[in-house]
Amino acid sequence: MGNGTHLGKVRGLGSSGHGSQHWLQQRLTALANILLVGFLFVSLIRLPLGDHAAVLRWASNPTVALALILMVVSVFWHLRLGLTVLIEDYVHGEATRLLSLVLLNFYAIGGAAYGIFAIVRIVLAPAAGLAPGGM
Amino acid sequence: MAGNEPSARPRSPHLQVYKWTPAMAVSILHRASGDGLAIVGACMFLWWLGALAAGPDAYAAFLACVWHDPSPEVGIVHQITNIVGKVVLVGLTWAFFQHLFSGLRHFVLDTGAGYELKTNKLWSIVVITAGVLATAATWLYIMAGAL
Repeated sequence: MGNGTHLGKVRGLGSSGHGSQHWLQQRLTALANILLVGFLFVSLIRLPLGDHAAVLRWASNPTVALALILMVVSVFWHLRLGLTVLIEDYVHGEATRLLSLVLLNFYAIGGAAYGIFAIVRIVLAPAAGLAPGGM
Repeated sequence: MAGNEPSARPRSPHLQVYKWTPAMAVSILHRASGDGLAIVGACMFLWWLGALAAGPDAYAAFLACVWHDPSPEVGIVHQITNIVGKVVLVGLTWAFFQHLFSGLRHFVLDTGAGYELKTNKLWSIVVITAGVLATAATWLYIMAGAL
């Protein structure tokens, strides 16, 4: 940011006030989503989804669990960016828009935390001797 | 904000005034499929993941609600949710492919390519068609395995 010259006021910023950051993050998470959600999609098609033990064995694999955690981060980051634009476009009025954006952030961060916690629980439950339930 | 302040300036016409074009449709479908995935898709995924983590009983309850209730006398609620669940899953599959393909289209557009009218129209049609075909192929594959 400059100190008040016309160019300095707009450099790096657009009408949204945060310039190309949103755009770039959307593309980066989109690229990650192609790989990570693609991996989940192929896995879901090939897994015997009715068999809890088999699906649990798949999700307990460290590589799979790592991919799932990365996917949760990338997906919730990406959906936060996308829904932010949706709210900015369609929700008018300062108060309702601010409230919508707050709720969106709760959803995105809370959802991601729940997902990551579930994956960690799946991987560590046998070692910790955890009984079923509690999610 | 927009719409709140009185203004004599002409306003942009709404969607129903425009003549629909493939490029316009693919743009709107990109947002619709993305929002569907973001809300319904993400919640379904978390529900499934949470049930998987919670153990066999919770997982069986999830399946009985969303996919198929194996009990001999299926209650009215599960009769409905078993149908709704499949409709939602097919819808999410379509939203996934539609958003993936139109997202790839956006990566191409980001490079500055594909803005010529004919090219743009062609790839918009390709994206919409491919989304439907990929969804159909996926569920044919799933049903072939289930039979």
